Amino acid sequence: MKVRIPSPLRSYTNQQSVVDADGNTVGALLADLDRRYPGIRFRMLDEQNRVRKHMKVFVNDEAVRDLDTPITDRDEVTIMQALSGG
Amino acid sequence: MTTAYVDTLDRVGDGPVLLVGTRKGAWMLSADASRSSWKVSGPMFLGHIVQHMVLDPRDRTTMLLAMRTGHLGPTVFRSTDLGRSWAEASRPPAFANGDPLQRSLTAVFWLSPGHSTEPDVWYAGGSPQGLFRTDDGGDTWEPVSGWNDHKLWETWAEWPDEGTPDGSMVHSVIVDPRDRQHLYIGLSGGGVFESHDAGGDWIPLNEGCEATFLPDPAPEYGHDPHCVRLHPLRPDRLYQQNHCGIYRMERPDGRWIRIGDNMPREVGDIGFPIELHPRDPDTAWVFPMDGTDVWPRTSPDGQPAVYVTQDAGASWTRLGAGLPERAWFTVKRQAMTVDTGDPVGVYFGTTSGEIWASADEGTTWTCVAEHLPEIYSVEHADPARA
Repeated sequence: MKVRIPSPLRSYTNQQSVVDADGNTVGALLADLDRRYPGIRFRMLDEQNRVRKHMKVFVNDEAVRDLDTPITDRDEVTIMQALSGG
Repeated sequence: MTTAYVDTLDRVGDGPVLLVGTRKGAWMLSADASRSSWKVSGPMFLGHIVQHMVLDPRDRTTMLLAMRTGHLGPTVFRSTDLGRSWAEASRPPAFANGDPLQRSLTAVFWLSPGHSTEPDVWYAGGSPQGLFRTDDGGDTWEPVSGWNDHKLWETWAEWPDEGTPDGSMVHSVIVDPRDRQHLYIGLSGGGVFESHDAGGDWIPLNEGCEATFLPDPAPEYGHDPHCVRLHPLRPDRLYQQNHCGIYRMERPDGRWIRIGDNMPREVGDIGFPIELHPRDPDTAWVFPMDGTDVWPRTSPDGQPAVYVTQDAGASWTRLGAGLPERAWFTVKRQAMTVDTGDPVGVYFGTTSGEIWASADEGTTWTCVAEHLPEIYSVEHADPARA
């Protein structure tokens, strides 16, 4: 399925804003994303498998933090970061 | 004195190289042999928080850089061509998955090359106060379980929300040049700790050091070392710039002596960095800051100056020639360094984005770079020639 990548993580995806990855849960999808683009997962999830504080993973329009959230090929996954900083 | 700003990372000559980590990326400064002409190269990793950038003094080729952003997790990058290209660690420092305390590393704060007999070993200190080690030159990192999982870690380490506003961290990771198994670390806050078995077990090393911010001003642990240094030619001598003064320790004795009591009273002995002369164990430089009232952490009375001792702390001399008469910046704990020249070059970076240099051991100062982002670290490097 298609995964939308925010600009701060595109150094891992050869600057692609939309990439393919597979999985039947959010966690499996992000693990596959890391296999394809090594290192990307740890920048958005911590070592305890928690979505980092200022990162968000949307399944369609819903922000999810539970990596066991099921997904299908019909879902659209968008990774975003909070509008914060300075 | 001249300074050129360029994008390329070519050196200007045979003089020292300075590796500069800032809140918004990394820069590199290089000088000619006289240290009068400087080139500022960069930025590298623009917009990333670069906590520390260190060249391995063992091979003079491998460079590690600790970075994160405000949103993305911490990681380490590695370069073997003086920053022209970088590769991310395939397994960056991190606490163990399933850690009983559910700790998550938010920053790699400090990088230290390991012992000379272990050429691919480095240590990293982080926030919260974790210690990590690589055995392959920075590509894959493992937690130092003897520290991170020590039965007293929760007692010794301030965490998770009790620490300083910038987060509690492990810093000043020191390897005894005589014994690769003899390690020191500094915890802000928590104190200085020592291991004799390569990090397997640890003991506090804080006797004689004050902790005036605690109910018991002389506890076994809980102190706030800002920067700890061991003299490589006299490894039994340690210096420490602490939240509560400047100290020296002579091993095997385990007691800190407050040499900051010999600083001028109106200046005090509070600061972040302390740097040692590479050949003279009696000489050290500090950069005092205002530790009164709400702790502005700017220079006392807005008059920046380096202070030097040449007698192991028995007396101190003000070195301010060339520095601004009035300024309100801070010099952080990793933002001061020395080169190996004769006379020694001394350097510091400011929170206002300036690099100040002295080619005469601190006697006179010149600003060699300005308008950089807030500077977190400045490290001297002596890269091998291609």
